Amino acid sequence: MAASLRALRRRIRSTQSTKKIFSAQELIAGARIVRAQARVEASKPYAREITRVLSALASSASLDHPLLTERQNPRRAGVLVITSDRGFAGSYNVNVLRRTEELLSLLRQEGKEPVLYVVGRKGETYYSFRDRPMEDTFTGFSEQPKYTDAQEVGRVLIDAFTAGEDDDEQGGAGSDGIVGVDELHIVFTEFRSLLSQVPVAKRMAPLEVEEVEEFDYEAEDRAAGRTGDSGVPTSYEFEPSAEGLLDALLPKYVTTRIYASMLEAAASESASRRRAMKSASDNAEELAKNLSRQANQARQAEITQEISEIVGGADALVSANAAD
Amino acid sequence: MATLQVELVAVERKIWSGEARMVIARTTEGELGVLPGHAPLLGQLAEGGVVTIRTDSGEDVVVAAHGGFLSVTDRGVSILAETAEISTEIDVERAREALRRAEDAGDDPESVDAARRAQSRLRAAGEST
Repeated sequence: MAASLRALRRRIRSTQSTKKIFSAQELIAGARIVRAQARVEASKPYAREITRVLSALASSASLDHPLLTERQNPRRAGVLVITSDRGFAGSYNVNVLRRTEELLSLLRQEGKEPVLYVVGRKGETYYSFRDRPMEDTFTGFSEQPKYTDAQEVGRVLIDAFTAGEDDDEQGGAGSDGIVGVDELHIVFTEFRSLLSQVPVAKRMAPLEVEEVEEFDYEAEDRAAGRTGDSGVPTSYEFEPSAEGLLDALLPKYVTTRIYASMLEAAASESASRRRAMKSASDNAEELAKNLSRQANQARQAEITQEISEIVGGADALVSANAAD
Repeated sequence: MATLQVELVAVERKIWSGEARMVIARTTEGELGVLPGHAPLLGQLAEGGVVTIRTDSGEDVVVAAHGGFLSVTDRGVSILAETAEISTEIDVERAREALRRAEDAGDDPESVDAARRAQSRLRAAGEST
């Protein structure tokens, strides 16, 4: 009995110390969400401007650029998966990876061979454990991605996409000797709110210019008391040519989209880590409560037993003396 | 007096916004000054470029903008840059150090890029390169 009481006390102590770890993680994650959200906000002006510039360009130039044109026979599709570097984030990575599997099987059905690019150590271990080939991996920044990280990823992807342009029908490497990809997809977790983060898959290339955020310029004009000629499309001058600008802008736009996805993913990661850690520390508390109840019971039982042993012993002595 | 509404945004944050009398920048085609009423324009900024914004109060805001675009519309001017620093925030010593390191590193594309960035920071801070 005494042994089990000691064992229970030891379990209570260890549960309480893991609980401390969980609640510390919860606090850290909570602080990170706020910062991640601030960074998502801070990156929006640029995303909005670049989208606007690109739409302006799109309306004036003939959009004939490798990043925009659909390939005749897409054979290989690059898929960028954004996962976290650390665990302790509940179902975050599982959800992203499941969404990725869906996309991969869809691509295979369409007769395209998926090529994986993975961000985050968790995704890397997932695929290397299953012996699935990965074209490239990037780790070490999932919680606080910088623009330079997005640039690095973007460069690799755009290079692969450009290299895929001249690949022949049989999947040969074409004249540049590099087997590239014909499509680019990205799978990341969208941060909808603190309670809801949804894994999404999007196609990045060939590109559709996507409205980052609807911005009502006419309302702004009205507010500023200006009378708008805003219905009329502006005709721009270009320096250098529209084509030259498109060449320079499109890769940057892709990089911006990757960066935005990474920021969203980082915010989602922290949010789901906070939620996981919250329920883990709640569970730890519950467990510690149950264990201490059991420990008390064991202690009581021990005392009761001791008393009855003493009483029994005394009774035996009394009856032994009476028999004499 | 007519003014321009200027927005200067870098990828990670908004750097500067406000009213200005004139914006001076260098595109890949050449030096360019934008006054209020300028025709709509889209330009790619020259690498290692410096953008000067003459504010409403007559001061000059000098910015080292790297990998950027300039867009002039009837609403104003927006400058997009991958990285941008206002001259007052530039640490000259560190920029010099970065330039030296980049120049020593050889001439692969990344060091050339880093050298250009350092040069534009120095130029924006009013130092000779």
